[in-house]
Amino acid sequence: MSNSDLKVEARGESELVISRTFNAPSEMMFDAHTKPELVRQWLLGPDGWTMPVCEIDLRVGGKYRYVWKKDKTGDEMGMGGEFREVARPEKYVATEKFDQSWYPGGALSTTTFEDRGGTTYFQNVMQYESRAAREAVLASPMEEGLVVGYDRLEELLIANAQAAGE
Amino acid sequence: MVILAVATPAHSKRLDATFAALADPTRRAILARLAKGEATVNDLVKPFNISQPAISKHLKVLERAGLITKDIDKQRRPRRIEAAPMAEANAWLEKYREFWEVNYKRLDDLLSAMKTEDTIGRKKNE
Repeated sequence: MSNSDLKVEARGESELVISRTFNAPSEMMFDAHTKPELVRQWLLGPDGWTMPVCEIDLRVGGKYRYVWKKDKTGDEMGMGGEFREVARPEKYVATEKFDQSWYPGGALSTTTFEDRGGTTYFQNVMQYESRAAREAVLASPMEEGLVVGYDRLEELLIANAQAAGE
Repeated sequence: MVILAVATPAHSKRLDATFAALADPTRRAILARLAKGEATVNDLVKPFNISQPAISKHLKVLERAGLITKDIDKQRRPRRIEAAPMAEANAWLEKYREFWEVNYKRLDDLLSAMKTEDTIGRKKNE
């Protein structure tokens, strides 16, 4: 896809980090992420899905609830959580759990908007809950940069393919 | 932040194990070494300059994640790398990325509409 600097990486044992630059001030970005009438216009996933439920009580301790629906099949998927920190326009932190979760426990989502004079550098860090996560926190200092970047995986895959060809 | 990916519990468990195994720099280095050819525990002790039990522990994590296998028929059970789980982890990240790019393209459009409205609003107030 063209000219976007979207980056996704698995970081450490249990984090997933996504970042991208947007051509808008941080206030607008913050609102687009936290005002229901704006959120339901874009947070839809693949074509054919709508967002019949989008409720957001934007304050610390306030809850939010999303439900998506695939109109063709009637499939529904819901999730929600609670705000832990709200600091417009720089940051918000919220818990997150799916109704039918496919991973154990919930997750903590930290979203930051860094205003760079008209454009905004957006970053979301998902911290997942698991034993592996706890082990990681205890066993490995995060600042060591335990980054499993996409590049690193690719390097290994290439090395592996070469080895297989030898 | 949301993931609208459909993964079976077994599938996601395997991915968790893969990512957890890859999170450690020594284990990544061991994988890079095994990518060049099979090696026994002893083969690995020397270049990595860590104890045999420590190497064995790392190998166990990699084995559990399915990233390597050991050849139990051969003497000293050499380990070799398995490509499939890595490819799966790779594909998962790419899917996730694609999913968000679709959403963010829509967000780009919304933001530019918001900016236009903002400008019109300001002009009206002038």
